[in-house]
Amino acid sequence: MPIVRLREPLKRLAGNCSEHTLQAGNVSDLLIELETSQPALSGWILDERGLIRPHINVFVNGELGDGRSSLQDDDRVEVIPAISGGASR
Amino acid sequence: MTELVLGTRKGLFVLEGEPHGPFEIRARAFAGETVDHARRDPRSGRIFATVTSPFYGPKIFYTDQPVDEWVKPPGNPSFPPAQTVSGWEQCGGVELPKGGKSALKRIWVIEPGEDDGVIFAGGDPGVLFESTDGGTSFELNEALWNEPTRPGWQPGGGGLCLHSIVTWPGEPQRLAIGISAAGVWLTEDGGRSWHQGNKGLKARYMPEDAPEDQIALCVHRIHRAATRPERLFLQFHGGVYRSDDSGASWTEIGEGLPSDFGFPLALDPADPDSAYVIPLTADMDRVTPGEQVRVYETRDAGSSWTARGDGLPAEHAYLTILREAFDWTGSGQSLGLYFGATSGTVFGSADAGERWFTVADRLPPVLSVTVN
Repeated sequence: MPIVRLREPLKRLAGNCSEHTLQAGNVSDLLIELETSQPALSGWILDERGLIRPHINVFVNGELGDGRSSLQDDDRVEVIPAISGGASR
Repeated sequence: MTELVLGTRKGLFVLEGEPHGPFEIRARAFAGETVDHARRDPRSGRIFATVTSPFYGPKIFYTDQPVDEWVKPPGNPSFPPAQTVSGWEQCGGVELPKGGKSALKRIWVIEPGEDDGVIFAGGDPGVLFESTDGGTSFELNEALWNEPTRPGWQPGGGGLCLHSIVTWPGEPQRLAIGISAAGVWLTEDGGRSWHQGNKGLKARYMPEDAPEDQIALCVHRIHRAATRPERLFLQFHGGVYRSDDSGASWTEIGEGLPSDFGFPLALDPADPDSAYVIPLTADMDRVTPGEQVRVYETRDAGSSWTARGDGLPAEHAYLTILREAFDWTGSGQSLGLYFGATSGTVFGSADAGERWFTVADRLPPVLSVTVN
């Protein structure tokens, strides 16, 4: 199954665990599964529309992906704040 | 001792001090984060912070922990983000319906209600949340969310922000709210239904022959006179107004001000004829006029205005004071007035604006000020 890796503060919200193994066919489904299993993460990565927040990047095996990126067993997904998020602050 | 709770572009600050002297920075939280509004609920002592993370979206947090226990870790030059320390909890329910076409963009304001445990929160896109458990969890006001005119609402420069939540002393079912730019909305049934309160508001950015029932009204701030609650004062996007009929209609009272554009507004709870505004030059030049900082006071319900600037910058001053960055405590001759600028300076007066002093300087841009 794919593995999703989290950094702070998402790691802390997810039971202080940085790696989560979840069954999903694409990144969007993986993140929905992650929120379901870790309710404290609800609204932090996905907004109410189910979209990945604009300044969060997801990488699949090191390559920039998006919610539609398909996943295979043992794929590694990383959720990392985008550098663009600090632009107007 | 006076306590100020500030929301800034780079975190929440708690300041304490005596009038006429600089205040001490007692604590900081959410370092690096935009804290749009921060306030203490005087009933419970709970402090709230509305945090708009560019990464993780808008959230409301609260803490019941005494300020003295917001420990500054050794070796760290700053207080850590609250998400990484104990003592702050995320309020539940601050979200729009899942699976819809909209996402919550920002929480602009936290306002204690009249009933015990009731807290309101207003945000973008023009939404109201209510808590009945002291702010631990909130629910979206469905009637306003489903208001039939909503598809025609237009955001102002700061977004479709619900920024003013005006309670009615002793009558918890009555509220007035202000939305930029969707005007004034009123309820007499605790938010189960809403109707507009815009009669008399004149938007100079609209055609002169625009229909009177238009909604695209850029209200900047509303407050209610505590001892005469049918009276409200309103700072508009060009115009200062007063209502004597609970917000149903409005009379322009900006004559005599150097500019009737501005954002914040304050009142003396003891005097229903009082109001304080801090004018900015114009919507296209949002700095204090005349290179100086002046607060303008009326004690005759807007018939005349008096400049109050003793102790405020008198030259080379181009400050911007935002809508939530002006608050008051006490009343009458001992009315305390406090405001912060986006320059990072906070000013205060302990004598109803007669004399002013610098509370703090060199802070991040100040977005909100509340005083306890």
